[in-house]
Amino acid sequence: MLHIVNKSPYDRNSLDTAVSYKADGDIFLLIEDGVYAAMKSGAAASKLDGCSVSVLGADIAARGIAEDKLIDGVSVIDYAGFVDLVEANEKVQSWL
Amino acid sequence: MKFTIQVNEGPYQHQATDSAYLFTKAALEKGHEIFRVFFYHDGVNNGTRLTTPPQDDRNIVKRWGELSAGHDLGLVICGAAAQRRGIVDDGEAERNGKDATNIAEGFRISGLGQLVEGAIQSDRLVVFGD
Repeated sequence: MLHIVNKSPYDRNSLDTAVSYKADGDIFLLIEDGVYAAMKSGAAASKLDGCSVSVLGADIAARGIAEDKLIDGVSVIDYAGFVDLVEANEKVQSWL
Repeated sequence: MKFTIQVNEGPYQHQATDSAYLFTKAALEKGHEIFRVFFYHDGVNNGTRLTTPPQDDRNIVKRWGELSAGHDLGLVICGAAAQRRGIVDDGEAERNGKDATNIAEGFRISGLGQLVEGAIQSDRLVVFGD
């Protein structure tokens, strides 16, 4: 399952909700303000422990976040990669 | 693969409509089919032709229309949400006694059944909103 999170973890609790539904093989895609969760210096970084995480490169760039500020192991993808994730996962949930 | 896209937010208010557009464009470029883009809630404001954004800014309404024309893409606006927000086509103007229309090229107003059909007919439904 692909979990799409577009909210900052410092603003709303949608990341917590998404992670609470995590099953084996699930992927977490962070877009828009959701990308703040992937900053390794952030208080919310540990919420993603053990999760497979992708972020939209355009959305980290728009917020001035360099790739070396991200948690280790996070994949930085473009919109074509976003489409591939949706194609690869039979279930797609936007945690709005 | 066949996708339906749902957009719940208006232009220039939330990033959702930009994300939805860029996703839709990328999917089409990869050769996927977009069965329908359904505009719901404040998303219906994507479909007014009366917006005039500054020339150096993206024209969100127009680029949806251009994408639609280039790919035979259905842009469907929820009728009940449109009535509340003043998005009007010829049929709505006639039915509700309005003196003008404002629907943009490429868009049409229909019902929530179009979203349900999109979800059933497509392999994936991807929702963008706040």
